[in-house]
Amino acid sequence: MRHIISILIENEAGALSRVVGLFSARAYNIESLTVAPTEDPSLSRITIVAIGTDRIIEQITKQLNKLVDVVKLLDLSEGPHIEREMVLVKVKAATMAQREDIKRLADIFRGHIIDVTTSTYTIELTGSGKKVDSFIEALAEHKILETVRSGVSGIARGDKILHV
Amino acid sequence: MELSGADILVRSLKDEGVEYLFGYPGGSVLHIYDALYQQDDVKHILVRHEQAATHAADGYARSTGKAGVVLVTSGPGATNAVTGIATAYMDSIPMVVITGQVPSAVIGSDAFQEVDAVGITRPCVKHNFLVKDVTKLAETIKKAFYVATTGRPGPVVVDVPKDITDPAIKVPYHYPDKVTMRSYQPTVKGHSGQIKRAVELLLSAKKPVIYSGGGVVLGNASDELRTFVRHLGYPITSTLMGLGAYPASDKQNIGMLGMHGTYEANMAMHDCDVLIAIGARFDDRVTGKIAEFCPDAQIIHIDIDPSSISKNITVDIPIVGDVGGVLQEMNHLLTTGKKQTQKKDIEAWWKVINGWRSQQCLSYDKSSDKIKPQAAVELVHELTNGDAYVTSDVGQHQMWAAQYYGFEKPNRWINSGGLGTMGFGLPAAMGVQLAYPEETVVCITGEGSIQMCIQELSTCLQYGLPIKIIALNNRYLGMVRQWQEFFYKERYSHSYMESLPDFVKLTESYGHVGIRIEDPADLRAGLEKAFALKDRLVFVDIVTDQTENVYPMIAAGMAHNEMHMSPHAKLPQDPERELS
Repeated sequence: MRHIISILIENEAGALSRVVGLFSARAYNIESLTVAPTEDPSLSRITIVAIGTDRIIEQITKQLNKLVDVVKLLDLSEGPHIEREMVLVKVKAATMAQREDIKRLADIFRGHIIDVTTSTYTIELTGSGKKVDSFIEALAEHKILETVRSGVSGIARGDKILHV
Repeated sequence: MELSGADILVRSLKDEGVEYLFGYPGGSVLHIYDALYQQDDVKHILVRHEQAATHAADGYARSTGKAGVVLVTSGPGATNAVTGIATAYMDSIPMVVITGQVPSAVIGSDAFQEVDAVGITRPCVKHNFLVKDVTKLAETIKKAFYVATTGRPGPVVVDVPKDITDPAIKVPYHYPDKVTMRSYQPTVKGHSGQIKRAVELLLSAKKPVIYSGGGVVLGNASDELRTFVRHLGYPITSTLMGLGAYPASDKQNIGMLGMHGTYEANMAMHDCDVLIAIGARFDDRVTGKIAEFCPDAQIIHIDIDPSSISKNITVDIPIVGDVGGVLQEMNHLLTTGKKQTQKKDIEAWWKVINGWRSQQCLSYDKSSDKIKPQAAVELVHELTNGDAYVTSDVGQHQMWAAQYYGFEKPNRWINSGGLGTMGFGLPAAMGVQLAYPEETVVCITGEGSIQMCIQELSTCLQYGLPIKIIALNNRYLGMVRQWQEFFYKERYSHSYMESLPDFVKLTESYGHVGIRIEDPADLRAGLEKAFALKDRLVFVDIVTDQTENVYPMIAAGMAHNEMHMSPHAKLPQDPERELS
């Protein structure tokens, strides 16, 4: 199962490496990881997408909680939540036909073309991981020059919050 | 009061109540050593290798329950300490290791004796700190002790760049009485509802087993365990790390379990219907084959570390909390509740267990013309009245010490269980002897292990540590040889130790007493002589039977009821016959 784990961690040097080191040391699979400071500069928020059986996910959350720098942790997948990921895709767009088709696809997926040259388009798109996957698939007949995915960010729906 | 960083560090240790600091000087810690020179409160023990500093601090911690403290320099000082830090980490031993670091300004420049100590130790510490500001030094030291000694204990590294200890920079000193950390609040009190459920399940058991581990020793819960076990009247087995928490000589004690556990303990584990694990972590050396571990049992697990619960074995009733507190609450429920144990079933269960016991799985050849290592350990037990602090290294001698010494009290059996670190025994014994100068401290070792930290004989002379080293010398890396005999068709690849030193002369050159014993007839007299030399370190080189094996043995990955038995154990008896 794919789980989105949200972590509040002390914003200190080396804190991120403790999290990453844990995954490699215990051979857990990590699909994506995003990290940035929160509105409280002493805290960082990490969102990890991990894949594993229930048993492994339980161990991952326990081991993460055990890290002294981890303040709070929430497995977003346990309740209703929103996930978003941003992708930047640079595609070859040299002919008129290519340019029209790519523009149409970007519109369908509610992406934006944010950079244009005579031979390329760069598209920005935000959505769930699945939506990003679908968009990249839809572009398959074009020549993708580069994709940059941000990794997933997530937040619980409703009143539920992760805070100190 | 304004102090330099170096003085703050030393003063913080004093204010923390640190008695001994095990260390080795070097460039990055020279300011600290200068501060140490100017005070008498914290006693520094100069080892001969940084690995030994960590093991000595570890031995001190295991025997006293207090945190062991280490001071080493940057670079190789820190890397040499890593083995000892990992050893302490695997066995959850409280330790604070202060590593010097190159000055902040040159960190990252590949400076002389620079190593990323925080990075290297990260996977084998409970937590570590890099001190970046001298005004935070005292607080960081306090946090290090707090984290090391609370919850599930463990080693904490504090990396201190040289400029932080600069004698020219003075800042106000205040050592906090306590610290709070929003990100670290270990659970200590067990959930009452879970405890109630556990007690109900225990009382309904027909074939219960109590499986106790190192957490009982670490949690100082031996008294609570004894009350608990005696009240229930159930059999108790212990892990390697838990030996001594329950007296070995008690009739309810069915011995150690696991790879080299007793026949009765492993069979009881396999057949039990309710298992309560107390401060134990279902290590692979204990469980054997996971799929066949206690196949019919409902399992209760008490542990202070939530991540230990259902890590290797799924449990039915988890209780996260300090074992002492949880056992107290259980004892209270047991003495005040109306429900009794299933007396008839328990009697029948004991009959089955006693049938297994009658095989005498720890029997060995007592008429041999060679010295049997088991006999040597039994004699050490007799001559020390079973009351010595015993450290060991790793290998066959470690298992024989565990099987044949018979520990009656906790904190007396000091060995590297999790990491299995050869070279641990002698330096660990130094830490124990310093903590208890009047007690008998024995290091049971082998001729392989002892050579991994033998330079510490020099430290022992400097501080007058009258340790008794009992080397079971079989001229083989015995446990390796045993596995090669069993599983590699006797291809003894590099397990034979040629060109061994003359240990007697070696010991003498270090200024101690050496005794060699080769004939079983001389064993008693030789050991008596060694123990009579109360104020001297004695190295007893016992030339033992080369091919003796550790029995019983469950091969790695096999089930509890699949044991290699000693050829001297009695033939299996049918427990059913005993019942009728």
